[in-house]
Amino acid sequence: MLSEKTFWSGFAALGLLFLVVVPVLNLAVPEGSALHLPNYMITLIGKYLCYAILAMAMNLVWGYCGVLSLGHGAFFALGGYAMGMYMMRAIGSRGSYGNAELPDFMVFLNWKELPWFWMGFDHFAFALIMVMVVPGILAFVFGWLAFRSRINGVYLSIVTQAMTYALMLAFFRNEMGFGGNNGLTDFKDILGFDLTQASTKMGLYLLSAVMVGATFLVVRFVAASKLGRVMMAVRDAESRVRFLGYSVTSVKLFAFTVSAVLAGIAGALYVPQVGIINPSEFSPANSIEIAIWVAVGGRGTLLGPLLGAFAVNGAKTWLTGAAPELWLFALGALFIIVTLALPKGLVGLWSTLRAKAKEKTQ
Amino acid sequence: MSDELTIDTPRGAGVAAPGSILYVDSVTVSFDGFRALNELSLVIQPGELRTIIGPNGAGKTTMMDVITGKTRPDTGDVLFDGHVDLTRLTEDQIANLGIGRKFQKPTVFEQLSVFENLELALKCQRDTWSTLMFRLNGEQKDRIDQVLVTVGLADKVRMIAGALSHGQKQWLEIGMLLMQDQRLLLLDEPVAGMTDAETEATAQLILDLHKDPHHSLVVVEHDMEFVRALGARVTVLHEGSVLAEGSLDAVQANQKVVEVYLGR
Repeated sequence: MLSEKTFWSGFAALGLLFLVVVPVLNLAVPEGSALHLPNYMITLIGKYLCYAILAMAMNLVWGYCGVLSLGHGAFFALGGYAMGMYMMRAIGSRGSYGNAELPDFMVFLNWKELPWFWMGFDHFAFALIMVMVVPGILAFVFGWLAFRSRINGVYLSIVTQAMTYALMLAFFRNEMGFGGNNGLTDFKDILGFDLTQASTKMGLYLLSAVMVGATFLVVRFVAASKLGRVMMAVRDAESRVRFLGYSVTSVKLFAFTVSAVLAGIAGALYVPQVGIINPSEFSPANSIEIAIWVAVGGRGTLLGPLLGAFAVNGAKTWLTGAAPELWLFALGALFIIVTLALPKGLVGLWSTLRAKAKEKTQ
Repeated sequence: MSDELTIDTPRGAGVAAPGSILYVDSVTVSFDGFRALNELSLVIQPGELRTIIGPNGAGKTTMMDVITGKTRPDTGDVLFDGHVDLTRLTEDQIANLGIGRKFQKPTVFEQLSVFENLELALKCQRDTWSTLMFRLNGEQKDRIDQVLVTVGLADKVRMIAGALSHGQKQWLEIGMLLMQDQRLLLLDEPVAGMTDAETEATAQLILDLHKDPHHSLVVVEHDMEFVRALGARVTVLHEGSVLAEGSLDAVQANQKVVEVYLGR
């Protein structure tokens, strides 16, 4: 665990970067300047910040508690769908069919009335609660069944993959009532703010940055508590923890559920910035990618997940533009290199280099 | 029951559960047809110190697994405090009842410091919420310092447990057992891999614990010198059941014991 001073100075530096430097480069630096950040970059960084929240959530349950969930994409997508449903309702009569009562895809399917599970999503506050409650409840029930039966290690990874795959197939079906294949899109505004406006985009970006900060504090609070140490003990010697009188089931369930709620919030911030949510977000490969971000950054460290999410997604954005067919090979190679050469990720590499530099000066 | 008398077939027959701290009656455990425990019966009285010996595969560790909830018996009863049925409880529930265990192979949390290992073992509320909100108070801090001195690790408080030597890990695990302040202590080969001086110190520590009538202790050990130093009643296990019980001299003189164990 980092010292208080190191943590808070790092926290302040990140706050300065994302809340001051980035907005200033976009708003105050004139457009012709080499230092100017174009609007699309704001949305792109905003998207990465959502991935960073997701990676930090994943790190809480995998990095600290040793539970390799390969279904976190599902919690992210569910949070995204809850927010998407609110924005669908906010379209009102401005849809292609001009139906104030039903979203376009329901009119298209000849539905006559709004399904019961869409009730309440006209209200932003209700949607906000669902963003956290739906992933939270799914994680709690799924985790309770899995952890109580002591499904561990690779078996847990497989069942979580199955969970997200099953949800993907379900959401692909039109009958589910979530827009099927196309998902939810054509959003107009959020809380009355026009989503096409640069100011709204900046607002969403800033909100994502603040949420990254809040997630940092939550993860640090848990990791620095005695429960955090019990989680690390579970990671290293699970059965020994039981003989000390701690319920391993409850400890894992706590980490898994808190992590799912954070993932849901990340999804809710992500969807208004990218403008669409569809079932491909549930695809098993997405969840595996999240694990790779955390592994690349350094699992069980505070900064690692943020670093990993930015590094891998930055590389992805660049490479899928430059040589799209190479991306999957690059991702695979990255995973192998990190597993073999950098067990502690980029953060570990940094500490190793610093230790070596110290040795040399001495 | 005099110490000189060797009981060949105790099977718990006629011994009542009430008043005992641990009551094991006709417990059988099979793994793929192999009977690791075969109608094992054993009674430990409050405040008693008992040593258990037996050749490899006699069922000593399986017996501890059954008492601590790791393994469920096929048949038989295991009662704590004369009335609590341990076969229905999970490992953590049993630990919270007051049964502590030290493993054969020292198992400490290698990534945590010596201090953190002891802090995790500390007797306190262990539900998830209390653990999240836990703050170490002065009294608990003093208790950890006291145990650190007892197990001789006071100068290694901040050291990562994984960096300790084998013997030091053994001591740390004994320290964790002390932190839990349990009523029944199960020690599986506590002196394995220890030097003679360390073995002697461990024997002294166990005898000190035994002085407090609050503690009942069951010690499994191979080292006969150590068993003799404890000077306690000895139970000999063989092929999953009790072969003989009595003082060390009495069991060593027992013809059956000589045949299956000491004679080899």
